[in-house]
Amino acid sequence: MSNVVVPTTLDEALALLAADPQLSPLAGGTDFMVEVNHGARRPVRVLALRAVAELRGWRRDGDVLVIGAGCTYVSMADPAFAVAAPALAQAARTIGSPQIRNMGTIGGNLATASPAGDTLPVLMALGARVEVASTEGTRTLAVDELITGVKRTVLHPAELITSVRIPVARGPQEFCKIGTRNAMVISAAGIAVVLDREAHTVGCGLGSVTAAPVRATDAETFAAEAIDWSTLRAGAGTTERFGTLAADAATPIDDHRSTAAYRRHAIGVMARRALERCLS
Amino acid sequence: MTDVATHRRTGAPRVGESAPRPDGVAKVQGRFAFSSDLFAENLLWGQTIRSPHAHARIIDIDIREALSLPGVHAVLTADDVPGELHYGLEHQDQPVLAADVVRYFGEPVALVAADHPETARRAAAAVVVSYEPLTPLVDSALAAQADPIHPDGNVLRTLTIRHGDLDATAAVVVEGTYEVGMQDQAFMGPESGMALPSADGGVELFVSTQWLHADRRQVAGCLGLPEDMVRITLAGVGGAFGAREDLSLHVHLCLLSQHTGRPVKMVYRRPESFVGHVHRHPARMWYRHHADTDGTLVKVEARLLLDGGAYASSSLAVIANATCFAAGPYRVPHADIEGTVVRTNNPPCGAMRGFGAVQSCFAHEAQMDKLAAALALDPVELRRRNALATGDTLVTGQVITGAAPVAEVIDACASHPLPDLAAVDEQPMMHRPGGAGRTADAHHVRRATGFALGFKNLLFSEGFDDYSSAVCRLENGAVTITCACAEVGQGFVTLAQQIAREELGIDEIVLAPAETATVGSAGSTSASRQSWMSGGAVQAACRAVRGRVLQQVARRRGVALDGLVLRDGIIESLDGSVRVDLADAVDGPIEETAEYHHRPTQPLDENGQGDAHVSFAFAAHRAVVDVDPELGLVRVHDMTTAQDVGRVLNPLQAIGQIEGGTAQGVGLAVMEELIVEDGIIKNRSFTDYLIPTTLDMPTVRIAALIEEPEPDAPFGAKGIGEPPTISSTPAIVAALRAATGLELTRVPVRPQDIALPRS
Amino acid sequence: MSTQSYRLRVNGADHEVAEGWIGESLLDVLRDRLGLPGAKNACEEGECGSCSVLVDGVLSCACLVLAAAAIGTEITTVEGLGAEGALTDVQQAFIDAGAVQCGFCTPGLIVAIHDLLDQDASPERLVVEEALSGNLCRCTGYGRILEAVDLVAARRSAS
Repeated sequence: MSNVVVPTTLDEALALLAADPQLSPLAGGTDFMVEVNHGARRPVRVLALRAVAELRGWRRDGDVLVIGAGCTYVSMADPAFAVAAPALAQAARTIGSPQIRNMGTIGGNLATASPAGDTLPVLMALGARVEVASTEGTRTLAVDELITGVKRTVLHPAELITSVRIPVARGPQEFCKIGTRNAMVISAAGIAVVLDREAHTVGCGLGSVTAAPVRATDAETFAAEAIDWSTLRAGAGTTERFGTLAADAATPIDDHRSTAAYRRHAIGVMARRALERCLS
Repeated sequence: MTDVATHRRTGAPRVGESAPRPDGVAKVQGRFAFSSDLFAENLLWGQTIRSPHAHARIIDIDIREALSLPGVHAVLTADDVPGELHYGLEHQDQPVLAADVVRYFGEPVALVAADHPETARRAAAAVVVSYEPLTPLVDSALAAQADPIHPDGNVLRTLTIRHGDLDATAAVVVEGTYEVGMQDQAFMGPESGMALPSADGGVELFVSTQWLHADRRQVAGCLGLPEDMVRITLAGVGGAFGAREDLSLHVHLCLLSQHTGRPVKMVYRRPESFVGHVHRHPARMWYRHHADTDGTLVKVEARLLLDGGAYASSSLAVIANATCFAAGPYRVPHADIEGTVVRTNNPPCGAMRGFGAVQSCFAHEAQMDKLAAALALDPVELRRRNALATGDTLVTGQVITGAAPVAEVIDACASHPLPDLAAVDEQPMMHRPGGAGRTADAHHVRRATGFALGFKNLLFSEGFDDYSSAVCRLENGAVTITCACAEVGQGFVTLAQQIAREELGIDEIVLAPAETATVGSAGSTSASRQSWMSGGAVQAACRAVRGRVLQQVARRRGVALDGLVLRDGIIESLDGSVRVDLADAVDGPIEETAEYHHRPTQPLDENGQGDAHVSFAFAAHRAVVDVDPELGLVRVHDMTTAQDVGRVLNPLQAIGQIEGGTAQGVGLAVMEELIVEDGIIKNRSFTDYLIPTTLDMPTVRIAALIEEPEPDAPFGAKGIGEPPTISSTPAIVAALRAATGLELTRVPVRPQDIALPRS
Repeated sequence: MSTQSYRLRVNGADHEVAEGWIGESLLDVLRDRLGLPGAKNACEEGECGSCSVLVDGVLSCACLVLAAAAIGTEITTVEGLGAEGALTDVQQAFIDAGAVQCGFCTPGLIVAIHDLLDQDASPERLVVEEALSGNLCRCTGYGRILEAVDLVAARRSAS
């Protein structure tokens, strides 16, 4: 009886999970192994997901990008991916280090549900849909339905995130993140701004400044109405007001990485600049 | 014995050349044995149980459950310490294991040895320590008046400098209060080692350290053993920067090994490492500078308060440095300076590269810029006008008798052409403030430069005789050098070979292991002292061997001793009648031991006056930085530097020290700080204690290495490791002030300090 | 403790691990079981790169790989880069450029640079900086390390 299983199909993986409540799923390991190494997690039996074909890679399905939960951050550096999902590609580039980007996965970012997860504000701004599966079937959740608090998801032990669906870019997108160092830095504050030229909507996701993922909905509504969608321009004061509204949606804390006041300030500045870039 | 017709080819690099490291091949292949790579048959793994409180009484330690776990071989407490219960570098105030009180977060309380590191970890978690938490003393300003947290009191040392006329005044006065946060040495190789019991009841210890013999003295004392029964061998060291000058796991490993009768290995994980060694002293400094309208400094007043944390370590020497060098490398006729280091329940602080001078330099350079602004003088010119030179008197009353090319250092650095940097709007995103985070566009960024000058002493001070020893052995034409100098990465091993080659003319120089059993103390690898002191010992030992060889040849050949020379491995007489290869010149081995001492120094009197230091070294930096003032993010693009080095012994290694030291200065300026709240270190990982990466590090350009030979130093060479860490930080902050118009009185400068200055 | 027996393929050779604790990282196994201490343990959380190895040719932190789950992969460590004790050109360049001080970060960097140059023979300085941004060095300030990379690239294009 092996304590490590390496299934090659999703059905196999789900069946194993359903049969064994002590089986821990392992994807890239960039969060899982940190916990093990620190003594915070003591695995009993492990389900390695790296060989499950259905979880790998990404594909374009018309207007939708379907990203496998096992898609690594480095895969998002692919120019074709960056064209379809610019803000997500930008975010992926800021995560960790080249080593981490080779190993870490978008599914892991969602399942770990850290408030500082760099893909989360982008996925929120895009209105991403997360597909979750078990032997009982599948369900589709918004990111803020999946993640309910700091490192808290609604996932049942026998469920796996299988894919994330986002709309292919239909307008300018920006991702910005604050870190006191230029590499390998946990975001003190992050933001994603997504413009949809066809739907005339603005998506704005905030990172590291709320317990659970949040969209700055007042800022989104304001900008959507203020932007002239035919020229992608907006009147004076629009980006500043957008920044203020985005900052108002943040509920940051003081911690050893930064202060609440700075984080709120940074959100406001980044939101303004991100929208300026989108409109220029 | 035959004369040699052919001239020996001596191609290997000598002093002054970029000799390659002798351990380089092993290191690049991953074969070099660091202290965490050691292995032995029958090994047990050690683990330390540490206090979760910054201050608490220990009520009870229950080891029964831990001891009962399968695979656990020992659980030890303070009751198991056979010898001295306390150790310490300068002051024996630190418990081997806490007995009735813990005084800092992470203080060792108990030890475990088990057959697998995970078992040791679980056993450690099973040790139940009952604490009665006490209110921690965490504000250094309150320490002197607070109840003592240690029988030796809360004031570790106060030093006063009264020089000249304390009532002197001048036309222009500037005042300021400055703060330096707690920096960490953050070496890559974790604390680690292995202890093995010896058949004679003693112990063998393989460990990463900076000073084998100081370790031996303390370890032997705590084990209740004579020193020669504690045999310490230097294991490969993964960096030190001051953090290995104090004991960490040394006694613990030996205790576990003695108790179990087996080899015991211990490796600290990174979070444990952050509590397992001393840090740089946080400092609060008030200054008032007085100057004439032409910029001539008249008086410096300063009050320095350093937080030494729970135990003394080398705090007494650090405050001496901070105080002695508080006025900076300038002529200051009148000075009223007081430096105090106190004990608190904060993490213990001790040696870190720069050793007190880093903190003072941040403050005195900020003051000099303030003065320059008040005088409407160029900041570099102000420094030129006041720069020290040979023959000048320091605020401690000591006259500088050695090399002091301060004006040259200033001019070389300040006049070096500015870097050919891409304009702000042409910088790639990755090199803009914020980098990959894409936070800034070109029009959000401002560029500025800043300049700073710093200095400190070399070698130990205040009467401390930090001698070094070395053995040179010549046998069958091969030379072996034995020296206990701790190689921590700085390249002494390379230098030792270069020096031996220089003195004996033989290419092949073997370095014996650094250990206490075979050679005397080499002193600490710190205070930028080893090139001078251990270099001097190696040189002296080699010269002694050379002398004996020549004596033997003179006697055998019946020629005058003073007519013989040893050159390039050949002994020849000036008249050509004798010419013999060194390998053939003598029967049997020749071995000489040398003990090298620097000239004696004096203690500082009650006014802080005295010839307390051996030598001084000076350096300047000019920083070019880009700032995004609205977000407070910074990109340091260029650090140009000039340094007073006496003589360059190995150019490539000199560059390495200067670049590496500058990197640590960059870190302190903009990103490195241990965040301590109520005595607890909040960021005990490389996730949150940030040191520069390749994407953060500026180009370091060396404008000049000023080679004015130091009269007393071997080869005229000064130590070079510390000066680069001293003037680098203030140069960057000066640039940030120029870019933002903000006072920036604290390092590290955090984004909120620039973006939200009043909050 | 939950244990596992498995086989790993490292530097072209098979190694058996008998009853290893399931939580051991590849870094633990390389260093403590397989006699391959080249990969280093400076942080054990993927923040320093000193444990960098190649797993199926992909630059990875060995501390973040669960050893028992690395079955069926080809693992390359610093010890497996050069042929039979010979130095690779990257290793030689490190010595020539003065890029080694304490040496603790060195093996991880050697592996990362081999990986970089296999993908990009003449990388721009900024590309090198980003590729090596996951490898911390505390001694050198990176100057000589970046010079070493330029030296290798130049030597390779000259030959």
